[in-house]
Amino acid sequence: MYDVIIIGAGIVGSSIAREISKYNLKVIVVDKDLDLASGTTKANSAIVHAGFDAKPGTFKGELNAKGNFMFEKLSKELDFPFKKNGSLVLCFNENDKKKLELLKEQGEINGVPGLEILTGEDTRKMEPSISENVVAALLAPSGGIVCPYEMTIALAENAFTNGVEFKLGSKVNDIKKINNGYSLLLNDDEVIESKVIINAAGLYSDVINNFVSDEKFNIIPRKGEYCLFDKSAGNLVKKTIFQLPTKAGKGVLVTPTVDGNLLIGPNSVNIEDKEDLDTTKEGLDYIIDKAKLSIKNIPTRQIITSFSGLRASNKNGDFIIGEVKDSPGFINAASIDSPGLTSAPAIADVVASIVKGILKATSKENFIRERKGIVKFRELSNKERNALIKSNPEYGRIVCRCEVITEGEIKDSIRRPLGAKTIDGVKKRTRAGMGRCQAGFCTSRVLDILSKELNIPVTKVTKFGKNSNLLIGKNKENL
Amino acid sequence: MKDIDIVIIGGGPAGLAASIAAKDEGIENILILEREAQLGGILNQCIHNGFGLHTFKEELTGPEYASRFIDKVNEHKIPYVLNTTVLEITKDKIITAVNEDGIIELRAKAIILAMGCRERPRGAINIPGSRCAGILTAGAAQKFVNIEGYMPGKEVVILGSGDIGLIMARRMTFEGANVKAVVELLPYSSGLKRNVVQCLDDYNIPLKLSHTIINIKGKDRLEGVVISKVDENKQPIKGTEELISCDTLLLSVGLVPENELSQNAGVNLSPVTGGAIVNESLETNIEGVFACGNVLHVHDLVDNVSLESSNAGRCAASYVKDDKRSGEYIKVSGVQGVRYTVPALINSSKVNNSTTIRFRVGEVFKENYVSLYFDHTRVIHIKKKILSPGEMEELKVTKVLLNKYSNCKEITIKIEKE
Repeated sequence: MYDVIIIGAGIVGSSIAREISKYNLKVIVVDKDLDLASGTTKANSAIVHAGFDAKPGTFKGELNAKGNFMFEKLSKELDFPFKKNGSLVLCFNENDKKKLELLKEQGEINGVPGLEILTGEDTRKMEPSISENVVAALLAPSGGIVCPYEMTIALAENAFTNGVEFKLGSKVNDIKKINNGYSLLLNDDEVIESKVIINAAGLYSDVINNFVSDEKFNIIPRKGEYCLFDKSAGNLVKKTIFQLPTKAGKGVLVTPTVDGNLLIGPNSVNIEDKEDLDTTKEGLDYIIDKAKLSIKNIPTRQIITSFSGLRASNKNGDFIIGEVKDSPGFINAASIDSPGLTSAPAIADVVASIVKGILKATSKENFIRERKGIVKFRELSNKERNALIKSNPEYGRIVCRCEVITEGEIKDSIRRPLGAKTIDGVKKRTRAGMGRCQAGFCTSRVLDILSKELNIPVTKVTKFGKNSNLLIGKNKENL
Repeated sequence: MKDIDIVIIGGGPAGLAASIAAKDEGIENILILEREAQLGGILNQCIHNGFGLHTFKEELTGPEYASRFIDKVNEHKIPYVLNTTVLEITKDKIITAVNEDGIIELRAKAIILAMGCRERPRGAINIPGSRCAGILTAGAAQKFVNIEGYMPGKEVVILGSGDIGLIMARRMTFEGANVKAVVELLPYSSGLKRNVVQCLDDYNIPLKLSHTIINIKGKDRLEGVVISKVDENKQPIKGTEELISCDTLLLSVGLVPENELSQNAGVNLSPVTGGAIVNESLETNIEGVFACGNVLHVHDLVDNVSLESSNAGRCAASYVKDDKRSGEYIKVSGVQGVRYTVPALINSSKVNNSTTIRFRVGEVFKENYVSLYFDHTRVIHIKKKILSPGEMEELKVTKVLLNKYSNCKEITIKIEKE
């Protein structure tokens, strides 16, 4: 029997896993997908919000700024990229200036530091590509950008190093209350039991909760579409550029990514199907039009890809966090939509406290705080590169030309604990395939490496698991 | 840091021809840097024939054409390194590259850019829909089929009737796939006429002109694409949507010269071609840096690549032998139907017998004239039955003409009705 089962290996589940791996507990994380960070975590704005847009007195209001402050330390301990580039909320109308003031006040209540209202002129001095129509802006220096899936993988790897088990490709199909805890049915016939369950199942956190509790809730999937631009457009803005938020959400932003691309989006559309990640013409047109309001000259010819993500929203608009009253030992960290990524470290603290209380957990003496990521050849000096290649010549073979990713890095991404099993898994961990040619050149080599490392035929290598095979057979097999 | 007279970046048809020409001019200290495990470039995966009609008066396959040049490179003992990727070129002609022996730093007297081009991905045209498996560029599919021996799918739709798309339509059919349609945005195919006939017509593969793909459907693997007819502004016409079920979508939607290294070095690029702006010696704005082949402008015939690149090799050799640039430039431009010219500048003192101006038109012209003007004087006026964007054209300008019009400031090439 486990002490804790965490359902969901996204940013929330992995943050919680890392936090409770500090205790002497038997913990396992399960996720229906074949890889970490396969849900909302891999498709969002990747913003570490300052916290002015969260309502005081809500979980969001309480945990946004708190989470924000934890990124600097976490990113150093766990070796994932994070940049505190600052945010600007643009105002296009004199009449809307009071809305900026209200945001500033709200931010100050939430503990957000350094908030300042700038004139249109000063805003454009700071960011020359901002539209002439901007009359004022709210500057939030504590806003940042991060790579959400690299962060998730870093958290999970560290949790694993500290003893947490992971069972991926395992869908929770039922949960039953048993004597001293809960019994989970995984897939068709595997059963695991635990004293405590943590529900970090994102889009499916309603399904998980509703297996067990009579306090039912409903997740409303809300789609957001994005366009990603070539790194040559990455310097268009330095700060994350927002427009004044509306009821639908934070609006379309224009931001550099932590890896140097430019990102615009998202729109906000409620849908029914939790698996519908299709982008739409209307959505993509909408975000480009909106982005053009903030920035003169959006270089649409430099778009390299588009994608969409689904927010796990609910009708009350706040996170659902806490031990469920009618199900002791069942803790929700559910319906974590924006600012979920930012709040994740703070959510982990809250949940870990609850777990500690329930299980009377004691702290590990030998907790390993630090985790080293995959070495980034592209960021090394020539001297360091030479040393690396000397130790392993595979670091001298470039596989992904656009992003300058070596064979050594790709093999590491597969071989390390919780390593990649798919093309997308390699992509998430190394960035191979994220460049301007969008995997045109490197796919055949990555496929080959996966096949050899995992000892599977090339026809069994998939993009992201299930039926997403890349190759269907040998030549002439279908003649 | 090693000193090399001529560093050639890319060992495909352009780099190979350039290296041989430079060697023939007496330059010994040459080094070809190639990132793949063998020389030959993209030709290695072009196993269909049709290469070399002009150069060798034979119809060779891509690898056969490449091997003619590779054999010469070996005979001439021209040095090359494989599995070596260039990371950086500076405007001082310092090159940093890497392979499994470590970082390589070279100081070159002359550099010949011969990096070829890459394919535009789905994102470049932003097709909405699913991001399932089964969507790839035609060239990536060609590599799987021709080099690895594996099929990326069996029910295929191809977007784009450029040569790569046409060739792959036939290729996939040969290997047992059912190619259901080639979808083309324009009202005409942008590939060679002979490819439309030999790859589509001969196999009854429907060519859907003036159509585009507006949606992609599939969960894990592609299940179908929605196509739509487009109007004269290339916008989808409501009501003409059609779902074609398929498990594979090949994209042949354009080639982009790979000039990231060039751009970072400070080479000026043409916004029309995506390649460097060069003079009659195929030299860029950086002295001693030359460009040829697909990295300069996308070619249709490898024979022209070889001709152009041999020229670049000769000019680079001249440069190394201390023949620096001097003299006035005549501007060369394409207007009125002509999208671009290569070169964009001519220094007539550098022209020996004649110089070739290569160009492409922006639309299809029938029974029109290709005219060349020295300032306002029309000097060349040739009737052409058909001109199309898919077929590169060329004009030769002789030294005699350049001398006759020695005061000329601008050469203009245009398409005229009369």
